[in-house]
Amino acid sequence: MTRRRLPEWFVLLLPAIVVIAAVVLIPLIFSLYSSFTPYKLTRPSTLWRWVGTYNYEKILTDAKFWAAFGRTVLFLTVVLNLELLLGLGIALLMNRVTWGQRTLRTILMFPMMFSPILVGFQFKFIFNDNIGLVNNVLQSLGSDAALPWLVDGRLAMFSIMFAEIWMSTSVFAILILAGLFAMPRDPLEAAKVDGCTPWQTFRHITLPFLMPFIYIAMTIRSLDVARAYDIVQIMTGGGPARRTELLWTLMSRTGYVDARMGLANAMGYVSILLSILFTIYFFRKLSAARAEIGMAG
Amino acid sequence: MTEVNLANVTKDYGSVRAVHGIDLGIGDGEFVVLVGPSGCGKSTTLRMIAGLESISGGEITIGGRLVNDLPPRERNISMVFQNYALYPHMTVRENLGFSLRIAKADAAAIRTAVRDAADILGLNELLDRKPAELSGGQRQRVAMGRAIVRHPDVFLFDEPLSNLDAKLRTQMRVEIKKLHQRVGNTIIYVTHDQVEAMTLADRIVLMRDGHIVQVGTPLDLFNAPVSTFVATFIGSPPMNLIDGTATDDDTIRLANGLVVPVPASARGLLQAEQKVQFGFRADNLMPAGHAVQEDGEMAELDLTVTLTEPLGTETLLFTDVAGTEVQAKMLNPRPVRPGETLKFHLMLDKCHVFDAISSQAIRS
Ligand SMILES: Nc1ncnc2c1ncn2[C@@H]1O[C@H](COP(=O)(O)OP(=O)(O)O)[C@@H](O)[C@H]1O
Ligand SMILES: [Mg+2]
Repeated sequence: MTRRRLPEWFVLLLPAIVVIAAVVLIPLIFSLYSSFTPYKLTRPSTLWRWVGTYNYEKILTDAKFWAAFGRTVLFLTVVLNLELLLGLGIALLMNRVTWGQRTLRTILMFPMMFSPILVGFQFKFIFNDNIGLVNNVLQSLGSDAALPWLVDGRLAMFSIMFAEIWMSTSVFAILILAGLFAMPRDPLEAAKVDGCTPWQTFRHITLPFLMPFIYIAMTIRSLDVARAYDIVQIMTGGGPARRTELLWTLMSRTGYVDARMGLANAMGYVSILLSILFTIYFFRKLSAARAEIGMAG
Repeated sequence: MTEVNLANVTKDYGSVRAVHGIDLGIGDGEFVVLVGPSGCGKSTTLRMIAGLESISGGEITIGGRLVNDLPPRERNISMVFQNYALYPHMTVRENLGFSLRIAKADAAAIRTAVRDAADILGLNELLDRKPAELSGGQRQRVAMGRAIVRHPDVFLFDEPLSNLDAKLRTQMRVEIKKLHQRVGNTIIYVTHDQVEAMTLADRIVLMRDGHIVQVGTPLDLFNAPVSTFVATFIGSPPMNLIDGTATDDDTIRLANGLVVPVPASARGLLQAEQKVQFGFRADNLMPAGHAVQEDGEMAELDLTVTLTEPLGTETLLFTDVAGTEVQAKMLNPRPVRPGETLKFHLMLDKCHVFDAISSQAIRS
């Protein structure tokens, strides 16, 4: 009797396969499966009831879900664009600094070193309507209205965006700064000789060169912001009255507070579509921009 | 009319002075080449003219207008850079038309100008390519095309050929010269290659350590170098220099006791016992029977050949005069074996004498 031996490459890859299966594949399959059941954490037996696409149909007609979806898209759009503008501005300024630039770069990274939870607490305090820093400053400047920063829906959304931007603008700044460092100097000088004003040089030469770096930052940040959870949870908990509810706070509420895990997982799969679409979009833009400046590949 | 004038122009980088008070007048339509060893301040000077470096002292005028504080875009110059400096995200067509687009020329005018430049430089097939899809020589052409579309007052070239292989370099050199004959603009051209300088220039400006050493036509510099530096920098092979001492009867005693007459141009200018360097070019030391026929004073030397470099129409012979290795030239060459001793003619009228301490030429 001959023992069949596994091929060597397979044996060598086996540990990796096992680990990936354990941490990625199985949870993925499990969560996908559970999104087709009415699985409730409090009643494990519900895991074995197949309800087909019931959860997905429910989501499609759920106004709360679509409100959170829309709010997340809005949040993404505003935050990414502002971070881009601020990050670009900071990087351009930093690029002109000749003295102490390393120190400045390190300082720039500080916000990224804090846990988002702590950033949430910090801004929860800063924007608190009674004891918060902002209102105190406003009052000492003579305004007597205590603005309800975290209570009014619009203001609360603004406050959360502010915290998110404060924490992560440096991602853009650092990546764009890397682009500026890599930028060849000759074309800039050629443009000056060709008659460009500083603004025209930036617009026609610098910016096209930075676009790939900007799209990389966009991709990273869009994935990051699309799963925004901690800051929102700490600052407003998605409230008041769900007016700052984003996809992930809604999902965690559905899954853990309402204990409807099957539904929450279905929401997860729908919202991942959002991230995938953003990623595809930015990757397309990225390779177009790379081809544009001759970095094709 | 576009003259360029530099008056006492200096450039300091921090406490280091890179250019020491240069005075230079360049005439309308003149082709001037700044040449010198690497690091002597050629690019810095050119970039100050372009407006890419600030001017630490002195004045630069272009067409009579003081430009010290004008940005490059207001100087009406074009520049061709060593690394081409093409815009990587634009096609050749866009590269060529960019300056006109910035100047808000209308589309038809841009098309015509781009087509004309492309015709002159043979770029018609390449107009829709990006710089990454071009060879070095083609990029160089585009860089030149970009400089000429705008009809600037002055062209500035900073070592435009140094990234090309030898053959292409020779070819492009000819094209640049043709271009100048065709458009007739003032050109200031920087290179470290004396061959480029000799072949292209109406006038050469030889620089060293931030100073101008000599200004003149290529033949001026070749025939009447003001110092040993010029004598060895210009011309290939470099001028042979032999240590010697002046005597009081119009001769120079070379290191090993060999005595040669003082060349006519330096006669009467030497003091007895003055330490000198005696210089002559390979073209002026030739084996008897293989030399150009010339009248004038000659010295006859018997020399042993140590090495030969056949070049076809001539052969360079390495030999030894008074303990110094020198190069001689053999016309209509026949094979020569190392170790062979030949009778050489040294054309004294073409020899030079330099002061050994100051290295300056002694010439009436
Ligand atoms: N940006 C700079 N900062 C400091 N020193 C410089 C700078 N650019 C050039 N130099 C110095 O100035 C001198 C002249 O340089 P350059 O004009 O580039 O020489 P080259 O004749 O080779 O073109 C060199 O000694 C160089 O080290
Ligand atoms: Mg240089």
